Amino acid sequence: MSATLIISQLLNGLQLGVLLFLMAAGLTLVFGIMNFVNLAHGSLYMIGAYIAAALVGQGVPFVFAGVGAMLGAAALGFVLERTALAKLYARDHLYQVLATFGLILFFNEVVRYFWGASAVYMDVPAGLNGTLTFMGINYPFFRFVIIAVGLGVGLALYLIIHKTRLGMLIRAGASNADMVGVLGVNIKLLNTAVFALGAGLAGLAGFMAGPILSVQPGMGEPVLILTLVVIVTGGIGSIRGAFLGAIIIGVVDTMGRTFLPIIFGWFLEQGLAQAAGPAVASMLIYLLMAVVLALRPQGLFPVKHG
Amino acid sequence: MKHKLTALAVCALASVASNLALAQAPIKIGFMAELSGPQGALGQDQYDAFMLVVEQNGGKLGGVPVQVLREDSQLKPEVAVQIVDKLIEKEKVPIITGVTFSNVMMAVHKKVTEKEVFLIGSNAGPSPIAGVSCSPFYFSTSWENGQQAEVVGKYARDQKMSKVITIAPNYQAGRDFVNGFRRWYTTPTTGELWPAVNQPDFSSEIAQIQAASPTAVFAFLPGGMGVNFVKQWSQAGLKNKIVLMTASTTDGIGLPAMGDAALGVISGTFWGPDFKNAANQKFVKDFEAKYKRIPSQYAAQAYDSAQLLDGAIRAVKGNVGDKAAFRKALKSAPFKSVRGDFAFGNNHFPVQSFHAFKAVRDKQNRMTLETIDTPLVKVVDGYADKCPIKG
Repeated sequence: MSATLIISQLLNGLQLGVLLFLMAAGLTLVFGIMNFVNLAHGSLYMIGAYIAAALVGQGVPFVFAGVGAMLGAAALGFVLERTALAKLYARDHLYQVLATFGLILFFNEVVRYFWGASAVYMDVPAGLNGTLTFMGINYPFFRFVIIAVGLGVGLALYLIIHKTRLGMLIRAGASNADMVGVLGVNIKLLNTAVFALGAGLAGLAGFMAGPILSVQPGMGEPVLILTLVVIVTGGIGSIRGAFLGAIIIGVVDTMGRTFLPIIFGWFLEQGLAQAAGPAVASMLIYLLMAVVLALRPQGLFPVKHG
Repeated sequence: MKHKLTALAVCALASVASNLALAQAPIKIGFMAELSGPQGALGQDQYDAFMLVVEQNGGKLGGVPVQVLREDSQLKPEVAVQIVDKLIEKEKVPIITGVTFSNVMMAVHKKVTEKEVFLIGSNAGPSPIAGVSCSPFYFSTSWENGQQAEVVGKYARDQKMSKVITIAPNYQAGRDFVNGFRRWYTTPTTGELWPAVNQPDFSSEIAQIQAASPTAVFAFLPGGMGVNFVKQWSQAGLKNKIVLMTASTTDGIGLPAMGDAALGVISGTFWGPDFKNAANQKFVKDFEAKYKRIPSQYAAQAYDSAQLLDGAIRAVKGNVGDKAAFRKALKSAPFKSVRGDFAFGNNHFPVQSFHAFKAVRDKQNRMTLETIDTPLVKVVDGYADKCPIKG
């Protein structure tokens, strides 16, 4: 267990964390403000990846493909919210889960219809390819880019939420949406804006993930599950919670997968460690979430009221 | 008189019609595979290749019209069981073919063969049905699951790879493939990595491989996992430093999505699109012309299953109701396989050679597989001796 392995795994955890943050930011706001469970958030991520892959395939420069993915996912989020989901805000969570689960199946078949069931090709552009030597380790340059973009979006969101009028309304909405509406704010418009913003961030996450993951139908679901773990652990409705929760989940998951089998090997005989290590490692973040729920049901970094 | 004539004419017409109906009563064939969702690409290749044969023969197999009933088992064993119930009880099909995943195969194999319906598997080959649970009504045009890993193990042994790390998802098939690899590669492995099933990011595993710096890595990461792993492997700069050997990972389905990242990756299976035999050259040419893509091994397996049915139905002159005769006809494998020589072993799995391949770009700059070696020549799978059917 060398220092370079620990550093590279910390970077991996951070990179997974910022990707999860891009997903969690939108989901936690929608959950916190509209009290709406949106399982189709992973589909917006998938659509973002597909739009980006299609644009890159058409020869559009990488950065513009990213902008296209973000805008496309945001536009889709806007349409979805206005046509289907806004009607469900007043309903029970069960209706919301069923409807958005239906949307997952729908979007998976839509992309399969247009792009086929096989994964679609998308690679890192030549300028961002290759590895960078950082503190004695070789690390893919594109993953540094992901970390930088994620941190940049985190900072931008922090500024929007804490320094702008829109952010103030979002914070107020998260605390007491009805009261904000009574005070004369167009809460419907605010909801749509928040939903579209979240969808755009999911599209951005899909675009950033496209070159490292396979762009295929159903790619949103594994990410959605991790994202739900993040917002529950971090505290629902809180951007700060989503950010710190995502970093914690990313790092714990990555470190656990690497080092648990090694640590188990110190105490257990080889065969048992090989079986138990990966099994426990894959459960680790869920165990963490369970412990957080038991000790702090509101999450680690809940919204501060008052 | 007029009435009599009309009646006569009606009778004549009716008898002509019934004769026509008799002559054209098509043989119903149930085609069941995973055709939707993320796993749909494999089943689609199976279906496309099967239908290629049917369409080229003008809707006939063995000179007899066939009606192919397309069913999507959705990778759900319980759905598959309902489908075969419907096909057998309601549609009365004498033949079911396709089947993509092993868990679906395990769910329907006993049910279908016990009803004495012929099951022609063109992908999944779980070891029990090659061994103790083998059936005289089951025929495979693919392989027993472990064999695709065994060939890579033999290759690693032939190449005298000294330090090998294995990586496979932590579930039954993952364990089976790593065990299959070890059957021939007997040097103790340097490390074993067991990521979770459908894990999207392998950065943690790749960092561990980097730290251990082995000569080669054996990976079994089917579907999207493989695309993710190969891309991330290349991005981490390991492509030309460590040999990557795979089974069911860099296949014809995944290669286009991997692109340059997969160049030079070694894999093993029973067939490649560059095989020179006449049957294969015709298959690859026709498939590309119709579907505008290079056929995958799953297409090759299903193409062979349709050709097998074509030959066997012709041998019994369309009378698939004579089960003993039809079984004998199937067993004799009366067709030219795209893999070259083809014969069934006692368990009705092919006795065949396994080859090693390298991912390359072809003349049209598309990703494809190039045959580089034949580590296993005309082998019987490791479970055939446990199958009670003899001869």
